[in-house]
Amino acid sequence: MLARRIIPCLDCDMGVPGGRVVKGIEFQQIRYAGVPWELAGQYYEDGADEIVFLDITASHERRETMTSVIKKTSRSVFVPLAVGGGINGVEPAREVFNAGADKITLNTSALKRPELISEISDRYGNQAVVLAIDAKRRYTLEEGRHIVQTEQGPCWFECSFYGGRQFTGIDAIAWASRAVSLGAGEILLTSMDRDGTYDGFDIPLTNAVAKRVNVPVIASGGCASPDHMLEVFKKTDASAALAASIFHFGEWSIRNVKTYLKERGVNVRI
Amino acid sequence: MTIAIVDYGMGNLFSIYNALDYVGGSPKIISEPDELAGVGGIVVPGVGAFGQCMDRLCRFEGALNSARECGTPIFAICIGLQVLFEESEESPTARGLGWIKGRVVKLPLSVMIPQMGWNSLSIKRPAEMLQGIEDGDMFYFVHSYYGQPEDKSRIVATTKHGVDVTAAIARDNIFATQFHPEKSGAKGLRILENFVRAIRC
Repeated sequence: MLARRIIPCLDCDMGVPGGRVVKGIEFQQIRYAGVPWELAGQYYEDGADEIVFLDITASHERRETMTSVIKKTSRSVFVPLAVGGGINGVEPAREVFNAGADKITLNTSALKRPELISEISDRYGNQAVVLAIDAKRRYTLEEGRHIVQTEQGPCWFECSFYGGRQFTGIDAIAWASRAVSLGAGEILLTSMDRDGTYDGFDIPLTNAVAKRVNVPVIASGGCASPDHMLEVFKKTDASAALAASIFHFGEWSIRNVKTYLKERGVNVRI
Repeated sequence: MTIAIVDYGMGNLFSIYNALDYVGGSPKIISEPDELAGVGGIVVPGVGAFGQCMDRLCRFEGALNSARECGTPIFAICIGLQVLFEESEESPTARGLGWIKGRVVKLPLSVMIPQMGWNSLSIKRPAEMLQGIEDGDMFYFVHSYYGQPEDKSRIVATTKHGVDVTAAIARDNIFATQFHPEKSGAKGLRILENFVRAIRC
């Protein structure tokens, strides 16, 4: 049986030489966490099942910094590496694959031009394309939306792009399912309501998407403790849980989180 | 001694190169069949579909057959394992290398396809290449099809994904894994280290 994966996420600011890992709170304030390839190495040694690098300052000239980070990381880190941020065509995707990435994550560029998902998956396979969705709860119900029941009442989920700075009007659950039909092999699902809040994953959101698509769903946003991971694995079919702050700031090591989960019956790789 | 990584144009070979280098091997990416002569070992990586893979690999077929007959250790990974078989449901008109009798079939529709992630090994028989690996150790898989050898004794390990999936096979100087040892952390590196050692012997 496939193990549930624990994935640390490195939000990278590539605007400084060599890049640096930062962490935002509710998509806003920024806190410095470390050097990307060093942190990746540390998480690998500590038992990360995969590592996600997101270039939050994505722009063409900074992609070179990201590819050099990936090249450096892949020399001593032997788990899958996923890279996202500003990949808006097959050529930039090729650059990161050639640097040693196993998967790329698409967000804004796929919302703007959904065919990009097919263009990359046709060439590199569905397993290499992760669709990232930043979803925000909307309690004003509208016709044609996927309505999800939550403790705060029924809502739908709206996709945001440009790193949470703009909204699209697109229904996140419908988008997840369309992206899979276009060739996305995995969904990285971030709750904007929970991201950086330390309130735990958005369970109704994760459940709604995981039930809708037949590809792995990575739950993201809001994780502050192993209990939150336990909750998302017990209450949803999420294949993986992604977190940043909990690992960056030394609150919990990946190994400790995994031991905690295993002791409580979750199938994880130790 | 050099380990040749066969580059037949099917994607990223950095990971396997880096992993072999990391465990003390001397990998070299080769893209011409005649470069296989006299190497210490050969890695057949694989990404993509069976037919596409065979189309590009076929020009290496003669050189690979010679290496196999000479007893050169050969390690095939993922689609590399699948092309050792005679045929695959994925590409019905394509012919595999046929080193292992049997065929490659699709994973059952009741499970998530592709199988993508870490799954545990069930070891079926001892193999030199699995030294240091225990039953239950986890490895990273990404695939939609799996090999079914006619002679079940070729299977050295399986994993469970809806059905018992062939995870590793061995025959003479050939060893192959459906999982990616180069993406499977310390345990994967251990298998690659076993391969590097087998070459030195």
